[in-house]
Amino acid sequence: MTTTEIESPDSKIETFPPAGKKLLEARGLNVWFTGQNGERKHVVKGVDLELRAGKCIALVGESGSGKSVTARSLVGLAGDNAIVAADALELEGETLLGRSDSWWRRVRGSRIGFILQDALVSLDPLRPVGREINEALSLHGWGTRQMRRDKVLQTLTEVGVPEPELRARQRPGELSGGLRQRALIASAIALHPDIVIADEPTTALDVTVQAQVLGVLKQMLARGTSVILISHDLAVVAKLADAILVMQDGEIVEAGPSSQVLSRPQHPYTQQLIDAIPSEHTKGTRLSANDGVFTHQLFAPSASPLFLHEAPLLEARNVVKGFKGPDGIRRTVVKGVSFSLGRGETLGIVGESGSGKSTVARIALSLETPDSGEVRFLGEAWSHATPAEQQKIRKRIAVVYQDPLSSFDPRWRVSRILTDAITLGDPKHASRARNRAAELLETVGLTAAHLDQWPLRMSGGQRQRVAIARAIATNPEVIVLDEAVSALDVSVQAQILDLLSDLQTQLGVSYLFISHDLGVIHHMSDRVLVMQNGIAVEQGTADEIFYNPKHSYTQKLLESLPRLEYAKLRLAASSR
Amino acid sequence: MTDVTTDIRPAAGRAGLVSRLAIVRVPVSIVLSALAVLFFVIAAAAPSVLSTHSAFDTDLLSSLTPPAADHWLGTDDIGRDLYSRIIWGTRGSLLIGVGAMAVAFAGATVLGFTAALAPKWVAQPINRILEILLAFPTLLLALLFVALLGPSATSLLISVGLGTTPGYARLIRAQTLKVKQSGYVEAARALGHPWQIVFIQHIAPNAFRPLVGLVALGIGQSVVWASGLSFLGLGVAPPSPEWGALLEAGKASITVAWWLEIFPGLAIVLVALSFTQIGQYIQDLAEGNAR
Repeated sequence: MTTTEIESPDSKIETFPPAGKKLLEARGLNVWFTGQNGERKHVVKGVDLELRAGKCIALVGESGSGKSVTARSLVGLAGDNAIVAADALELEGETLLGRSDSWWRRVRGSRIGFILQDALVSLDPLRPVGREINEALSLHGWGTRQMRRDKVLQTLTEVGVPEPELRARQRPGELSGGLRQRALIASAIALHPDIVIADEPTTALDVTVQAQVLGVLKQMLARGTSVILISHDLAVVAKLADAILVMQDGEIVEAGPSSQVLSRPQHPYTQQLIDAIPSEHTKGTRLSANDGVFTHQLFAPSASPLFLHEAPLLEARNVVKGFKGPDGIRRTVVKGVSFSLGRGETLGIVGESGSGKSTVARIALSLETPDSGEVRFLGEAWSHATPAEQQKIRKRIAVVYQDPLSSFDPRWRVSRILTDAITLGDPKHASRARNRAAELLETVGLTAAHLDQWPLRMSGGQRQRVAIARAIATNPEVIVLDEAVSALDVSVQAQILDLLSDLQTQLGVSYLFISHDLGVIHHMSDRVLVMQNGIAVEQGTADEIFYNPKHSYTQKLLESLPRLEYAKLRLAASSR
Repeated sequence: MTDVTTDIRPAAGRAGLVSRLAIVRVPVSIVLSALAVLFFVIAAAAPSVLSTHSAFDTDLLSSLTPPAADHWLGTDDIGRDLYSRIIWGTRGSLLIGVGAMAVAFAGATVLGFTAALAPKWVAQPINRILEILLAFPTLLLALLFVALLGPSATSLLISVGLGTTPGYARLIRAQTLKVKQSGYVEAARALGHPWQIVFIQHIAPNAFRPLVGLVALGIGQSVVWASGLSFLGLGVAPPSPEWGALLEAGKASITVAWWLEIFPGLAIVLVALSFTQIGQYIQDLAEGNAR
């Protein structure tokens, strides 16, 4: 069930605020958090919003913008250390301020449904999902036992769960990501609340699963439920929202009908958010506003890119790799993948979770040895080389992981992380190591002042810059980027992608770019390899893959992708 | 909550254990425990500073005196001052505790790292043996070693140490396995560090980090076990004022001289409690620090 057609959320003439009965209203909403040492942090600053019947409004912003706190304040879940104040905070005329826990328990679930981001952590892992939904009903004293049982199945059907009788008896861990998220939605809407607040409902999901979940939300809207959608992803929002509120640092910087916000953004921050989204249209352009970071010539210019007779830098031939699961059964995760990576080139590997793309990354790094097939580096043995030979090649192939923090020893500061990579245990580099570390930091857009910082206290973007600095410390020829920008906010992601492009121009380094994000892959890659269930289903230049996909799976992936451009085009067409 | 705030903020933002100790409020129980440990350490290092009488001089005229101004904790059946005997006995008891812990950790480190990192054909047998040993109660295991080595202070130390080794070995193994799979170990391998360097720089220190508190905890435990064995007559022989031996000696006169059992027992409890408190506290800090 993939509702993939992209429609304008509302083809009627839009008004702002949208017409209809006013359900939920906040005027001058402020939230403060009290820290351990008693200092207050102002996280939501005078937010105004209103939700009318049957409409969808979206709160968009990056992490730390206060969008989740705003949403949680609307359901009384801002937290014990939060101080919530507002000129007016009303649900159908009733104030929401100063309500008791028991009052909230009656309201949540019956009048306002709240859908959380990650079903895996939000659902009790030991409880069948049917019981979870049943509890949502019985908490509000709804119906008899038999009625509730029927209602559970009916709700699961409503959210598009096939075989509801079977699924209701299964635990969250036995369900796929998409079914799990739909079960979570089912528990939130079982009592048909008029309002549903969805906090990043699709963030942890693969693109095809995301399309399914968005379809469910769309049907809820069609049935007259009002939705507040919280997301960092403008493309997701474009598919559903009637109105968009853009938040930055706790304030709403722009609010208006979706078509207007997306096509004629007034605030520079909104424009920046839209520009930062990588896609096929942004290839070769800069995503972030800042210029390149090169101030001085740090590296010897890379040799001429023309190595016509040179063997490919990395070449994988028919690589197969399996692992033994906890149940003792051996599963093949990579089933005969071949690729080659030339100098200065970017090969994108795209696939959904479980497609085997991360295992391919580990094999390319020779951290796993393939069961059959092999990987060669410049024509020499690499995956099947002796440890001593591998040692020599390792510094020529670097890696950047999705979560930089876990790839840093928690006992080390930035300086130690970098000098360790620079010296690699060789004392003759030790004297210059600190200076060189400072230079590397400047190359990646940080300053020497960051040398003495703890990664734990840095922002996600800064950490990823440190990880990139470490990767280029050994002057590698290949960098494997394993979901390197997936955990970042879109504007930070834009900066990191720009940095990677700059580095490639400057250093002539090749990237093996692994990501689940099709837009990022298209923006970065020269050639693309599409993986599904351990098989490379399609391989070709980025434009071939994205504009003329041959394999049905690639086509399905591309169809599921919410694309801002399409939404904008549709909106433009409908307003004409 | 009554907290003693020792707020010595370091100038720079150090996030190490030391600075954590400085920034957080240190609970009163930890301050008291630290004072108790300090007292016993002084008693062990220089007993004459704290003692009021000789630990060995007999004074038959004042035998079995109850606690009084002259003899703070009373005297035993041949008139020796109990307080001074406890002070003089501290060194023996603490040394056995610390020594046993050292033996246990040394053994556990070797076994734990091997069980986690060695090839399967080495690691598997070690794991099975550790599992079998874990099935025996610690005291029983220690008794077994005493029986093999004969009763003496040294054999007590070794026995208690070996008796507690399997438990610590399993902990170190589990920690090592966890660290081995961490991102930074993989990152170090990908950088091209040989495995010895990866082990010394990353695996060993990070595997030990959450276990530092266990050392203090273990010392307290070992003192209790060593005293227990001495009480059973399997440790230090009578003229020595080791605490377990004091308990053993006082057993005969327990109906007329309660203090001979109560005070040495309290000393053992106090040491065990203080070390456990401090160990638990360090443990919490280390875990809080390690994300």
